[in-house]
Amino acid sequence: MTTQQVVAPEYLFFEAERERQFMTGSEAVAEAVKRANIDMAISYPITPQSESMHLVGDLYAKGYLKEYFRGESEFAVMAAVAGAAMGGVRVFTATGGPGTLRAFEMFPTWAGARLPIVCAFLTRAVNAPLSIQPDTLEMAFMLDTGILMFHAENAQDLYDMVLKAFVVAEQTDVHIPVGVFADGFFVTHTREQVAVAPADLKLPPYNPYYAPVPVMDMENVPVRQMRDPFVMKSNFISYAAHASWQQEILAAQERARKHVRRYLGDLLDTEHAEAPVLVMAAGTAVSQSREAVAAARREGLEVGLVKLKSLRPFPREEVRVLARQARALIVPEFNRVGWLSREIKSVVEDTTKVIDGPRVFGGMTMPPELILAQIRRCYA
Amino acid sequence: MRNSKTFIRMSGLGGQGVVTAAHILGVAAVKSGLKCTVNPFFGAEKRLAPTESYVRIAAEDIWERGEVLFPNIILIFHPHVITLGKCYTMPFFAGLQQGGKIIINADRPLDLREEELARLRGLDAEVYYVPATQVAVEAGGTALSTNIAILGALLAVEELVSQEAIRDAIAERFGGGKFVASGTTAVLDDVLKSKFDRLAQLIEKNMAVVAAAGGSVSQYHFGV
Repeated sequence: MTTQQVVAPEYLFFEAERERQFMTGSEAVAEAVKRANIDMAISYPITPQSESMHLVGDLYAKGYLKEYFRGESEFAVMAAVAGAAMGGVRVFTATGGPGTLRAFEMFPTWAGARLPIVCAFLTRAVNAPLSIQPDTLEMAFMLDTGILMFHAENAQDLYDMVLKAFVVAEQTDVHIPVGVFADGFFVTHTREQVAVAPADLKLPPYNPYYAPVPVMDMENVPVRQMRDPFVMKSNFISYAAHASWQQEILAAQERARKHVRRYLGDLLDTEHAEAPVLVMAAGTAVSQSREAVAAARREGLEVGLVKLKSLRPFPREEVRVLARQARALIVPEFNRVGWLSREIKSVVEDTTKVIDGPRVFGGMTMPPELILAQIRRCYA
Repeated sequence: MRNSKTFIRMSGLGGQGVVTAAHILGVAAVKSGLKCTVNPFFGAEKRLAPTESYVRIAAEDIWERGEVLFPNIILIFHPHVITLGKCYTMPFFAGLQQGGKIIINADRPLDLREEELARLRGLDAEVYYVPATQVAVEAGGTALSTNIAILGALLAVEELVSQEAIRDAIAERFGGGKFVASGTTAVLDDVLKSKFDRLAQLIEKNMAVVAAAGGSVSQYHFGV
């Protein structure tokens, strides 16, 4: 293992000289973990997954992590990760597709317990019929779990977002989990150029005493976590406490906005935002849209691109303002249900501007031509 | 909306090194100063199951990812891709761009239907055959080098990267450098390494396969 030096997050993210390497998305996850000063990782590395947790295991073997083990199922892993975070350590894991669904109960539990866990969701199709190919359907289910959600377009985003997720998650006024989502295969298995900071730099360690809730330690022994919650009693106070606590999680998401803006640059990126037709997308749908937008502009069609990087918090105001001056919003998606177009419709004033699709799912690749054809129809 | 970039679709069977071939070609392209993305596609890993890799090479930025739906070049690693439909795309040349090239690993031309040949003629496609497995066994001493023979045939038909770049990429891939091998691939790699004993020998044998395959490619003329 390289001897690592702790540096300020800002230095690691924005100033340190980067080297370009040809790597897969899974390797980009490992490169981020290597520099994240993580105490512990727990994995359930079975298909459909990615090589990421296997690679994190290699990092443990090299001494980059203090602890690493495998759980007996995705649910067990997510529960164990919660225990680790309650114990005050920085913890990481990854899952995807059916694994996400198997572990599902734990995600609102993480948020409710104010645990700053970072998990990579490397999305895969959900049954049925059986498929293990890329599809972002599971993100629809994750939207209301209370966790923060970033969506990576490529391996570069995945590297940056995993590292930055820890810093956003651990802010005292946030202190809820962050899910970093990337499309399986299209990002995890795809090899591309990724610029990474030197491997001898790492983030400052997590300080659990910055948490807004009591940390489990010798003063607050584990049994208090189980004995004291209001939910163990049935009375007015317990209901009121529960209700206000749920709102507090949403408030923490709102307070995360300023940190997301600071570290991710913004909640969304735009190109030619003044165009009357905008393609709005997240994840690899953005990559396909880039080709289509470039081709349409070569044909003289006025079209812009909006890349949503943060889905929770959702760039509500930003999308509303962009939609106001556009006459059509094309929303290409890699899932059947169209969760992104639903999200966009929930914030824009004129929902008739939103064009649902194109959509592909169950592992299909979206041809940029499909998006281009939709752009042309807006000008027909 | 394309043509300025080289889009390659490699179709083969699990265990033939389709993913590895794409990896080596991708590393060679990057070493040559080109932009490149490499994307494999397969189901639950098993031998002889359909496996594809997509390689995009260009001088400028490449954004789109996933399957190459409109390839300039199609590499067929095994006749069963065509004869048994072990392929993510049907027919095997679906989406081929006008003037595109197809290289097929087979000892002799396959019995393609007249209707398929007519469509290939309409696309002004160039079809090449190379006995890649035979070349791998004869020049490399192992059928495991079939994928390298296919790359050799590719370089003979389209000079995307130099043989030197391929040599460097093979050295990086098998020299204990940074790469992710799945469990199955790791076992095959060990078989390869024990067969060739030393890395230097592995590289030289594989380069002999590249050269021999280049000399064994023949264009299939099927009328105009």
